[in-house]
Amino acid sequence: MKREIILSFFLLFPIFAFLLSLCIGVYKIPLLAIIKIIVAKTVEIATFGKFSFDLNSYPTAYQTVLLQIRLPRIITAMLVGSALAISGAVLQATFRNPLVDSYIVGISAGAAFGAALAIGFFPASIELTAFIFAMIAMTLTYSLAKIKGRVTVISLILAGIIINAFFSALTSMLKFLMEHEKLAAVVYWLMGSFNGADWNVVSRIAIPIILGSLAIFLMRWHLNVLSMGEEAQILGIDVGKMRLIYISIVSFITAISVAHCGIIGWVGLIMPHIVRMAFGPDHKTLIPLSIAIGAGFMVLADDVARALTTFEIPIGIVTTLLGIPFFVYLLRKTGGEW
Amino acid sequence: MVNPEVELEVKLDAKLEVKNLRFRYNGFELLASLGVKKGEILTLLGPNGSGKTTMLKCIYGILKPKAPCVYLDGEDIHSMSLKDRAKKIGYVPQIHHPSFPYTVLEFVVMGRASQIQVFDSPSEEDYKMAMNALKLVGIVDLADKPYTQISGGQLQLALVARALVQNPEVILFDEPTAHLDFKNKIKISNIIRKITLSKKTATILTLHDPNLAGMYSDKIVLIKGGRIYSAGKPEKVLNGKVLSDVYEMKVRVVDVDSFKLIIPDQTY
Ligand SMILES: Nc1ncnc2c1ncn2[C@@H]1O[C@H](COP(=O)(O)OP(=O)(O)O)[C@@H](O)[C@H]1O
Ligand SMILES: [Mg+2]
Repeated sequence: MKREIILSFFLLFPIFAFLLSLCIGVYKIPLLAIIKIIVAKTVEIATFGKFSFDLNSYPTAYQTVLLQIRLPRIITAMLVGSALAISGAVLQATFRNPLVDSYIVGISAGAAFGAALAIGFFPASIELTAFIFAMIAMTLTYSLAKIKGRVTVISLILAGIIINAFFSALTSMLKFLMEHEKLAAVVYWLMGSFNGADWNVVSRIAIPIILGSLAIFLMRWHLNVLSMGEEAQILGIDVGKMRLIYISIVSFITAISVAHCGIIGWVGLIMPHIVRMAFGPDHKTLIPLSIAIGAGFMVLADDVARALTTFEIPIGIVTTLLGIPFFVYLLRKTGGEW
Repeated sequence: MVNPEVELEVKLDAKLEVKNLRFRYNGFELLASLGVKKGEILTLLGPNGSGKTTMLKCIYGILKPKAPCVYLDGEDIHSMSLKDRAKKIGYVPQIHHPSFPYTVLEFVVMGRASQIQVFDSPSEEDYKMAMNALKLVGIVDLADKPYTQISGGQLQLALVARALVQNPEVILFDEPTAHLDFKNKIKISNIIRKITLSKKTATILTLHDPNLAGMYSDKIVLIKGGRIYSAGKPEKVLNGKVLSDVYEMKVRVVDVDSFKLIIPDQTY
């Protein structure tokens, strides 16, 4: 019974966060107007425009702010939040390491370098270059972490630090060489932000992230088996192949997120742990619930980023400030071991 | 050193056959032939570093000898896919490195992985099988406990249960009694015998205790330095002379109420 209550809390959390976030912003819109506009638009879409409502009693700015500014930004934050949370959960299972996510193993830094390369210097798809360099970074981290054929909890984190530093240095070099008008945008993007999230961004990230997440969702039980490490082979699992598949998918959805919203660290690390604390480690529940609270947490963090002060704080800073204490707690609790 | 008579005896009507296995680590070479029938327990006995674990790994194919040498009903095991192999052979490793704190039931049901498509999860049926396996090894009351918080002996039993749900025709146990107390050694040995007889598996295990080996084995293979030193029925293999040679210390076999007890001749 208690389990059901906590479960519904986890599942309702992103919906609550979504509605709350629609109401938050510098531009004040009365709550009643927000509700009416949302209901009207929902009905309109659900009935394919057969019913439409007269919303002319409100200033047109209300609709613009809600539907053109807040809504796409909220959707982007939720997509990215769930992508990062899934990535964390998957990486923690495949490496059987509770202290990693796509930020710590260097996937994000690699993706950022790839995207910066495409933004600044040659007209390639930023998603593609981000993905390629995300995979390169992951491969480098893994090879570096492998000492005498074994990857330990700590060696993977240390290797991640090195590869992060390497790609950050490369990205700094790109910034140094970049034209000035591009530089400001790149610097701000790199810190992690949903500031530029409009419907165009949603249209570019929604399908890849949803498809990638769906694939992981469907394959989630085998993460249990893969988290047994090399031993999984005696259960009939091709460990190398499965790891590659899972890691490619999460590198992909992370790369998509980074290419559009910059580096947002720590979310992927924390979310799976919160779910594990409440529901245990079984990936059958861990993956869907990580999606739910990853999405919810990220919008709320973005609310803080955009509404706490008069200017906007990059969300990467917000999540880092929240994430570090949590990481320290985990490190102390696990002692870097199992 | 290898007695040719022995091979003839074990090859007859064998279910699992190892023919001229040859595997090399730098500085260590394992050479062996043996066979186990359905419903039979074969025990590998030998000093530390003699090649018992290497033998089990070679049989399963975790380590791959260059030439095919392990056959199950005549079929080359090493050329089977990992999935097919896991459906036929269960392997209970000596050491398990614990992972996330899955419940014992979730842990045991992972033994079904080879039967579950990548986009699927275990069915009700799979969980039922896991529960039955837990009943069989006697730890069904631990089903909902985190498997990282049970004793070494209970973990060993959970590993056995996990191998059981694979429904294997062959089970390999690597030192199933290591780290267990006096009573639990007997308990797990009884379970292994029960499984072998009721599921008609061809069972191979490695042990350190010759007395235990004598009590539970249909066949014993004595290994020393990567070679089979002697093989056959326990009463034949477990004699003072052979054991003294293999363990390089004086060993005596004494009769206690018609039970043959193997003891070291002197304490050091
Ligand atoms: N990973 C390895 N690399 C090189 N040599 C090994 C390795 N594992 C075991 N060996 C060697 O193989 C021999 C047999 O080891 P093992 O099969 O583990 O013995 P047992 O299980 O009988 O104690 C040992 O002498 C050891 O030196
Ligand atoms: Mg051994």
